[in-house]
Amino acid sequence: MRRTAVCAAALLLAVSPAGAHLVSTGMGPVYDGMSHFLLSPPSLAPLLGLALWTGLRGPDHGRWALFTATGAWSCGSVLGLALAPPGVAASLSTAAMCLILGILAAADFEAPIVLTVVLAALIGLLDGAMSAAAAGTAAGLAAIVGSSAAVFALMALTASSIVPLRLLWLRIAVRVTGSWLAALGLLLMGWAIRARAHLPWAAFR
Amino acid sequence: MRGRIDPRSTPPGRTRPRITPVSWILTLGYASCAQAHILAGETIGFWSGFRHPVSGLDHIVAMVSVGLWGAQLGKPAIWALPVTFPLVMAVGGFLGLVGVPLPGVEIGIAASAILLGAAVLCEARPPLPLAAALVGVFAIFHGYAHGAELPPGDSALLYSLGFIVATGLLHGCGITVGLMHRWPWGRRLLRVTGAGVLATGSMFLWKAL
Repeated sequence: MRRTAVCAAALLLAVSPAGAHLVSTGMGPVYDGMSHFLLSPPSLAPLLGLALWTGLRGPDHGRWALFTATGAWSCGSVLGLALAPPGVAASLSTAAMCLILGILAAADFEAPIVLTVVLAALIGLLDGAMSAAAAGTAAGLAAIVGSSAAVFALMALTASSIVPLRLLWLRIAVRVTGSWLAALGLLLMGWAIRARAHLPWAAFR
Repeated sequence: MRGRIDPRSTPPGRTRPRITPVSWILTLGYASCAQAHILAGETIGFWSGFRHPVSGLDHIVAMVSVGLWGAQLGKPAIWALPVTFPLVMAVGGFLGLVGVPLPGVEIGIAASAILLGAAVLCEARPPLPLAAALVGVFAIFHGYAHGAELPPGDSALLYSLGFIVATGLLHGCGITVGLMHRWPWGRRLLRVTGAGVLATGSMFLWKAL
């Protein structure tokens, strides 16, 4: 019992605010990269949407999306470290990705594998770049390895748990989750436009 | 070894307390971000967003009655409405957030409770596109009201997520309760519930006017 209480206390203490910097776990850069990804909802949401949609579409789509998105995430993270895209681009792109993937999952949209691969590559690149830019210069290559491993694990677990679903109401539950994700994207877009002082076209108003 | 007491053993007649996965998840979900400064607004996380839709009776009765009506209509409305409603409501939320003017929002919300309550009371069975359009129009009013009210704050994503999940769960409550439609007594009880929703909507309309 005491051991469980100590574990619970350690877990609760480990929950830190998601900031615009790399999460420090004290276990090295690989785990820091993993933690940064897993504790950053803006990075998680689009990839979960991709896993939901490709999981509904079947094992072929799931496999292609898994490997493409993970590879693209790694490349995007390297690019993000080098280019450091602005924060407004991050919020708008997260909103757009959530909206598009949420609609695809809610509609259970049938697409060719080529489209799945292209979307997975785009989302991996964008999301990886934004995540690495948010993590800052402290995120080295080791942190990118950690975050890529977390991306792979998250997508594999999510998609593989959706692929075998055959019961209608379970598939509908996944589609409802997709519609929630799309609604989230739309609201995030509203938030970004509301804070238009940070938008590029604010100077022209 | 006889006579030694295992410190991990439990005295007879008592059960060891267990920490179930659900309680773990609840505990972790309750943990909020540590902030070393005073917050600028109420948009501070998932739970503040979750509380927002369930804090207004007008919103609650309308959301629940969407689920009730969907359950009365049966397939495919029972799942088509919960899939489309959050999306259309988010369109209303988007309009409210960006400040597009929409007159008569309170009246629209009260009218939604009245019409949805009347639909449940009368067991109305319009064609699915008409039912979806009706619910969609009301969803815009509800979403707009919430979007216009949302305060500035720190975590738009978690707040919005909590807000959407709470709304979806209200639909789920309505659908679950509406499943009693399969029994004769359940049908009567649903119609009485519809009358209650209609009365509540009328009260809000009276206030709005």
